[in-house]
Amino acid sequence: MGFMSRFAANKGALVGLVLLIALLAFAVLGPWLYPTSPWRMVARPFTAPFVTDRFLLGTDTLGRDVAAGLVHGTRISILIGFVSTLVALLIGVPLGALAGYFGGWIDDALMRITEFFQTIPSFALAIVLVAVLQPSIYSIVLAIGIVSWPPVARLVRGEVLSLRTREYVQAAITVGQSTLRIIFSQVLPNTVAPIIVMASLMVASAILLESSLSFLGLGDPNLMTWGYMVGAGRTRLMDAWWISFFPGVAIFLTVLALNLVGEGLNDALNPRLSRGRE
Amino acid sequence: MGMARFLASRLLKGVVVLFAIAVLNFFLIRAAPGDPAAVMAGEAGAADAQFLQQLREQFGLDRSIPYQLGVYLKGYATLDLGYSYRQQRSVAAVVGERLPATLLLTGAAFIISLALGSLLGILAAARAGRWSDSLITTAALVFYATPLFWIALMSQIVFALKLGWVPNVGYETIGAHYTGLARALDIASHLVLPALTLGLFFTALYARMMRASMLEIAGADFIKTARAKGLRPSVITRRHIARNAILPIVTLAGLQAGQLVGGAVLTETVFAWPGIGRLMFEALVQRDYAVLLGVFFVCSAMVVLFNIVTDLVYRVADPRIEAA
Repeated sequence: MGFMSRFAANKGALVGLVLLIALLAFAVLGPWLYPTSPWRMVARPFTAPFVTDRFLLGTDTLGRDVAAGLVHGTRISILIGFVSTLVALLIGVPLGALAGYFGGWIDDALMRITEFFQTIPSFALAIVLVAVLQPSIYSIVLAIGIVSWPPVARLVRGEVLSLRTREYVQAAITVGQSTLRIIFSQVLPNTVAPIIVMASLMVASAILLESSLSFLGLGDPNLMTWGYMVGAGRTRLMDAWWISFFPGVAIFLTVLALNLVGEGLNDALNPRLSRGRE
Repeated sequence: MGMARFLASRLLKGVVVLFAIAVLNFFLIRAAPGDPAAVMAGEAGAADAQFLQQLREQFGLDRSIPYQLGVYLKGYATLDLGYSYRQQRSVAAVVGERLPATLLLTGAAFIISLALGSLLGILAAARAGRWSDSLITTAALVFYATPLFWIALMSQIVFALKLGWVPNVGYETIGAHYTGLARALDIASHLVLPALTLGLFFTALYARMMRASMLEIAGADFIKTARAKGLRPSVITRRHIARNAILPIVTLAGLQAGQLVGGAVLTETVFAWPGIGRLMFEALVQRDYAVLLGVFFVCSAMVVLFNIVTDLVYRVADPRIEAA
């Protein structure tokens, strides 16, 4: 079976893919759909949802359009999700490759550091990092990257450890290729499949992490994010449930879509490892 | 390796981790923009010049970094986590006061999620492919993707505010002055919603893990042997499959301890539960870095301790390791 048919065999993955494409469309088309700033007060505060056509999801405590906030938030969430995963990969892949390829004391030292970062409560560390560095899109991306790389390093280390002894790697060593070249051209390309699977799930957890930080008031103060919207609506929960409700649904759908796609990728890319499904 | 030696080596490792976190905290304070003395005192303006000078002298802030680090670590070694100038009390006292509530909440959430999650996982695996399996698997998938703070808010509005089944916020009824059993029940009624919402995510996680683990082990050779021997299916499921399938869950539970603490920050914030998670949120709002880093250190210490406990449990639970 080819990649596409294995992916398509997982119904959940297809649902996730459709959802994800819709969300990406919102992210890309956002500025055309809602050209005005989501911060602008456009109507009476506390307009209930599904009452007027212009403000389908209602307005918030200051009369800002909830739907506009959602659409603009899509861009931010997806952007932060992908970029912070990239940061985690940039830290985790080299460290894991070095540890796995060289072994010995290098491996020991790097794995101790990895374990250390895995032991620290990641959300608490992210809070402290963003608070100390001051909330901004950069500190958030950095913090999420810093708390998310350890599993990547462990995965890559394990893969490299087993690839290192393969004949084609031994052959590359014999013909005198440089170590860096061997790592980049012979070893790492063979670890791409499991890394892609892990990365898709990491984007999902990065989005959850970002929304949690924003909820606590640690979001970039210039950006309208889903987590911020949930947090901002929480004091008026009784009389205006929709302000907190819809952004939460958006987070849920995005994370669900990414998790489903991740599982589909896992089935498609690692057919041997796919979970015991009859 | 005997149990005592094992324990000693794990404790030593834990101390090393805590030492490294103390060093990390030291550098974090200095990474914050501005004068470290002002950072320690809280947001600028909270302290006068004379007071800042006193801080500089106390922590040797005008001396070399290694000297400052020495002073800082010496404090941590004696459980002196600094002083909160916002609250006019030592950080250790502030955190210590809030710790029991968090231990109660995370403990309850942990037990709920572990028991419920593995039970649901076993049920789903035993009925693999049937509708009850689909239901459990789908529910696990949904709750695994739902933001914790949002679930907390929504259950607060539905079960506490609209239906009025349980109290809305807090740890106990203020001004009621219950004692004994009445007080325990009062606290329990406040605990239900926060513990369930915090536990929900982990219930979903453990159910997924347990199901996968059960199905994997069900295909192992020693299970085929047990079947061939003619053991009853219920005995095989309980004594052979579940016993081994729980092992990855124990490991996972240890790894998740940090997440449980992180989740407590969100849950306690929503339900105004007076633990260290809520304290962390308050410290954020007040820019009280001393308390923030103190909570961070104590959270990490909790996780380190918990990891040691799960390692011990693993040794007892794993049929392949002889308990000494």
